[in-house]
Amino acid sequence: MANVLTQEMLDSIKKVEASRASRIGVELRRMSAEEKQKVLSDFHPDYKSEGFSVLTVGPNKGEKVPCELADLLQGKSRILGVDIDLDNIAYDVDVLIIGGGGAGASAAIESDNNGAKTMIVTKLRIGDANTMMAEGGIQAADKPNDSPVTHYLDALGGGHYYNKPELLKRLVMEAPEAIQWLNNLGVMFDKEEDGTMYTTHGGGTSRKRMHACADYSGAEIMRVLRDEVINRGIPVVDFTSVIELVLDEDGQCAGAVLQNMETGEQMIARAKTVIIATGGAGRLHYQGFPTSNHYGATADGLVLGYRAGAKLLYADTIQYHPTGVAYPAQMLGALVTEKVRSMGAQLINVDGEAFMNPLETRDVTAASIIRECKQNGKGVPTPLGAAIWLDTPMIEMIHGAGTIEKKLPGMLRMYEKFGIDMRTTPILIYPTLHYQNGGLDVTDESVTNIPNLYVAGEAAGGVHGRNRLMGNSLLDVIVFGRNAGKYASAHSKGVKLGKLTLSHVDKFAKEMADAGVEPKVESPLLLPSYTHGNPKLADKYTWGHTEL
Amino acid sequence: MEDMVKIYIAGKMYEVPASLTIMNAMEYAGYQHKRGCGCRAGFCGACATIYRIKGETELKFCLACQTKVQENMYIASLPFFPGQKKGYEIEAIKPTETIMMELYPEIYSCIGCNACTKACPQGLNVMQYIAYAQRAEYEKCAEASFDCIACNMCASRCPAQITHSMVSLLARRLNGKYIQPHSDHVDNRVQEIINGEYNQLIETLANKPLEEIKELYNHRDIEK
Repeated sequence: MANVLTQEMLDSIKKVEASRASRIGVELRRMSAEEKQKVLSDFHPDYKSEGFSVLTVGPNKGEKVPCELADLLQGKSRILGVDIDLDNIAYDVDVLIIGGGGAGASAAIESDNNGAKTMIVTKLRIGDANTMMAEGGIQAADKPNDSPVTHYLDALGGGHYYNKPELLKRLVMEAPEAIQWLNNLGVMFDKEEDGTMYTTHGGGTSRKRMHACADYSGAEIMRVLRDEVINRGIPVVDFTSVIELVLDEDGQCAGAVLQNMETGEQMIARAKTVIIATGGAGRLHYQGFPTSNHYGATADGLVLGYRAGAKLLYADTIQYHPTGVAYPAQMLGALVTEKVRSMGAQLINVDGEAFMNPLETRDVTAASIIRECKQNGKGVPTPLGAAIWLDTPMIEMIHGAGTIEKKLPGMLRMYEKFGIDMRTTPILIYPTLHYQNGGLDVTDESVTNIPNLYVAGEAAGGVHGRNRLMGNSLLDVIVFGRNAGKYASAHSKGVKLGKLTLSHVDKFAKEMADAGVEPKVESPLLLPSYTHGNPKLADKYTWGHTEL
Repeated sequence: MEDMVKIYIAGKMYEVPASLTIMNAMEYAGYQHKRGCGCRAGFCGACATIYRIKGETELKFCLACQTKVQENMYIASLPFFPGQKKGYEIEAIKPTETIMMELYPEIYSCIGCNACTKACPQGLNVMQYIAYAQRAEYEKCAEASFDCIACNMCASRCPAQITHSMVSLLARRLNGKYIQPHSDHVDNRVQEIINGEYNQLIETLANKPLEEIKELYNHRDIEK
């Protein structure tokens, strides 16, 4: 251990150990509404104005979004000036799904159930998605002491009352059925011997409604959904990105321009309805934060939709997960699931003090950790900056030896690989860029303001308001993935497409030119770029290159 | 100056900082991953990697995102493996004694060499879970294989041509659907919702004035 942790860390651990026994079983005070607002406005990155810029063109002109997202939304199309033959159609389907994560796979299964000719296109492999990485669990009010109404209130307060009611109603009312559907597909939930689902709290929940599959919840769900998609023979065009949407002469969405990630070959897919299920944006590293997100989380769907005229909602609100790995550096930004706090681990400063209730909502918790380090100077020094202890040995003290191995095997393994035993040693954390609260604006039938264009999962905005609760995103991808698949496939049966066009791409470029906006980068980005400080590669990437 | 090590990516030498993971070291060398890179956190199995330290006999198996580089590491990525996946209808099959024989008969050709277990970057006892599958002990197979990330390095080593990740996935789906105890409380709640028992309650809450909703939220009772 000594060769992994610094002397300063070891000294601080002694203080954490000294106070541990007195902290067990003590319920820490919750903050008042005023205290929460104060810490958010003083320390949450969403309130840092230099991290944002105002859009000059497009449907959300005049609104602020993170600087990196603005550059991509107002980027240069990858097909500008390229001659594309829209009559040469490589794929002709009813429902085209962009993205192979939880939302895309759920949509595909329901669309297939509806008898529609369905296809998934994904720039990596099916299952390469943030869904795969969701560790903690999925919410659903299915216990006798709970109700969808309570779930609604928890999510609404957590979202600062900005959640779109018509979306939130569907999320909570369709949650129990989502669990039932997954269980019927063969997802192995943690259960008691009598079949009762094992459920815990998440930050901001008032009932224990977090269902889990150890700490592989998303992975277990994703591998079952992937298997089901393959069993059904639904075509998956992998290692192929979408670089523009295609509209028809009446302004309806009518397909997409695809590009093989390896050969660069471009192809046209025509579709009666299109579902954007491209996920989040963590790999844009807003404000220089590390991220817990998948390699492909580059906001492609927002760019595609925006350029075609779809509106964004709450694109200025980002979730920083309170507990990303701060040390060791090899895991920087990786997620330490909220379940660790659900199971009793507290947040402890350098002096061994529990400075807050660890189950406040994510935004409040993240902002409080930043305050403890930046303002109060009580962070633990690491080579990469100050960090806070997450006192994991408490879990074994509260629930018994062996609990971590049983309930958090993924976490335990990750730390073991880098020489840390989290059963006996607390771990160092700091907020990490985790989730895009906003996204493309949709109705309760998951459709945008562009006819035939649907959005599901993290790429859609509104259901979580301005802050999502733990366990509501896995739920979101299942509920709204399924809904998008159902509605898009049903709608496709009545769609008549006109002549295909890409004129919206030129129109957007002209709007930019008229407004005097010079694109800084080609978009969608597709993949991030890292050089890890190699001086020889300093000139390789001109935009979006992040040193981790 | 940072400590540097020499590594060999598909046989070609690069000097990289010793602190980097294999995945990051490849980027330091100038690669932009298109394959062999996924979640970068040990959950997706995209970055299966085989290496040998020069002069040593033993081949090692790891995930590129979870493993630090070492001096004289010869690295080969395994971004894809042509494993065998059988189609089935989960509603039509049952956890019978014979289902594995029907879908994955090759598991009965296991010669007990344990190469699969040695290749598992998750430290799973792969050969043991295949033995459970052979004996139709699907629950045990499901539990023992639960942390499988389907990197398929086990399959790449198997003289019996087994695709272990697909066998265990079938066992887990059978277990989750048919063997684990049924959750009646989920069915009950679904039925209550279908019966419309919450419609009015949720409408009433949603239509309250914002100040009243805030009061309710700030004073809601939180389960201990």
